[in-house]
Amino acid sequence: MIPTGSQPSQAQAGSLAGVGPATGSQPSQAQAGSLAGVGPASATRITPGNALRPEDIALEVQRGDVKPSENVGEYALRLGDDALILAQRLGHWISRAPELEEDVALGNIALDQLGHARSFLTYAGAAWGKTEDELAYFRREPEFRSAHLFEQPNGDFAVTIVRQFIVSYYQFELYRRLTDSSDATLAAIAAKAVKEVDYHRDHSAQWVLRLALGTDESRGRLLAGLRLLWPYVGELFEDDALTARLGDAAVAPSSLRADFDRLTDEVLVEAEIDVPHVPSALGGGRRGQHSEHMGYILAEMQVLAREYPGASW
Amino acid sequence: MAQNLQAVGDVAPSQQQSQLDADAGQAYFDHVMAEDSRIEPRDWMPDAYRRTLVRQISQHAHSEIIGMQPEANWISRAPSLKRKAILMAKVQDEAGHGLYLYSAAETLGTSRDEMMGQLVAGKARYSSIFNYPTVTWADMGAIGWMVDGAAICNQVPLCRASFGPYGRAMVRVCKEESFHQRQGFEILLELANGTPAQKQMAQDAVDRWYAPSLMMFGPPDDDSPNSKQSMAWNIKRFSNDELRSRFVGMMAEQVKVLGLSLPDPEVRFNEDTKKWEHGPLDWEEFKEVLAGRGPCNAQRMERRRQAHDDGAWVREAATAYAAKMAAKNEVAA
Repeated sequence: MIPTGSQPSQAQAGSLAGVGPATGSQPSQAQAGSLAGVGPASATRITPGNALRPEDIALEVQRGDVKPSENVGEYALRLGDDALILAQRLGHWISRAPELEEDVALGNIALDQLGHARSFLTYAGAAWGKTEDELAYFRREPEFRSAHLFEQPNGDFAVTIVRQFIVSYYQFELYRRLTDSSDATLAAIAAKAVKEVDYHRDHSAQWVLRLALGTDESRGRLLAGLRLLWPYVGELFEDDALTARLGDAAVAPSSLRADFDRLTDEVLVEAEIDVPHVPSALGGGRRGQHSEHMGYILAEMQVLAREYPGASW
Repeated sequence: MAQNLQAVGDVAPSQQQSQLDADAGQAYFDHVMAEDSRIEPRDWMPDAYRRTLVRQISQHAHSEIIGMQPEANWISRAPSLKRKAILMAKVQDEAGHGLYLYSAAETLGTSRDEMMGQLVAGKARYSSIFNYPTVTWADMGAIGWMVDGAAICNQVPLCRASFGPYGRAMVRVCKEESFHQRQGFEILLELANGTPAQKQMAQDAVDRWYAPSLMMFGPPDDDSPNSKQSMAWNIKRFSNDELRSRFVGMMAEQVKVLGLSLPDPEVRFNEDTKKWEHGPLDWEEFKEVLAGRGPCNAQRMERRRQAHDDGAWVREAATAYAAKMAAKNEVAA
């Protein structure tokens, strides 16, 4: 048994998936049914609690209550693709983690990310009349908008933890500010996501400390992971024409950098580590230019859906 | 227990005293069995009872852990994002079940490390069903509906097992398993009402998982040497064949809703015995798989070993860090 960080949001992850123990306040059956957009014919009673789910967004879109502009859609695509590609990477750890607690924890984080991806992609799709699944399974590589960090291979556990460390501190600052977005749907998705990502920060920071101060081997592996992935940090904070056009609806990526640096540095100081001085990678993910890894991720993710186009699952 | 308290004194208990304690313990144990009440970890229990439980609970835990693999095989390829989320949550639940069960077994004095060591050394068994491959998406449906369905038939009576921690762990496990079974049924229902190719995929999966899931209940009653003792100890409540018959009855009714069929023309309800019956099962195949010669035994064990070995440095780091922090706190205090 190893001492690990507090478990991330099990209840939220569970309710997102529509499985797992029912927790928190339970709306009436009728309310649950109408929220989920499903009738009593479903074999599964939906107990969504108060969380915003992708199905709720899809329903609002169907009713015509919300309709993002193409600019907002494009922005939501970026955030959704980041989360989707990371979930795809993290899902690989389930049944392969160093300890059962980490099978559960990394699985939870993957599930949270997938939930965020589903919400952002459902909303993004509304700009072009597409569903979350059409976007995830039937776009080509250059149409994906994720930054390069998210598609980097899992590597060993230290590499995965470094990627989580960077991502969770970045996403926390981003979602925290996005809750003030002038776009109500983006703000609502961010409000749910930020609570979950806060746990992801805790998980990654605790592991950074354990690996840095544990054994010589773990420290060496962590330092190697930091050198490997720090070049991908810069891309996360690049402003471009889209973020400028969106104004109050989005968050200017560059505005997150100072807090990201300060907060990650606090952890790294405690871990007795200097921020690696490494040149930035080229990036280009926001423009659809990806690394060699992306094609394999998509091939695996999309293979079955593309074998049966138009099928329902 | 008063007898145990008396044994704690300045003088080490004599052999005679130990014998008295054992006699009193046995009497208490027999009383609990007769009352159909519960044994808790600190109670006296016969060595054989303890050994049987450690074996059964750890095998059950190992099955959950190895059982993650066949379904994890489809997480990356799940055909919709919602199905991907559900599947991730399900496989994650199985890790959680493994955790509760290892914890229940630890109350009997065997550590998780030791049990995990036995598993990766190939010295422990797990349910042979997980040595079959998941070759199509429909297998996610068939596993949920049939394999988890069989597990529920087996495990609901275990909620009343005489050993408290095991019974209580099973209550939670069973709640989650029932979600798992329903999601499996839903996958098959969707496929069965989909394109002809999807329906064929569903039927093929049901055909392949039917016999292995029936064999999950263990050998026929006349070839199940341990069952009688387990029933006397109120661990097992119903015989293998009794549970299998109930399961067949459930499947026979539910498969009609799916619009699919079971690959067994001999399934019928016997009006005389009031029991469901099924055709012959290939118990030679069962023994082969159990002996390690199934389609995926080597692959499943290799994956578990690799995860265990690859994670060794992480566990060492966490242990070293905990020791350093404890030392630091001691100095500070």
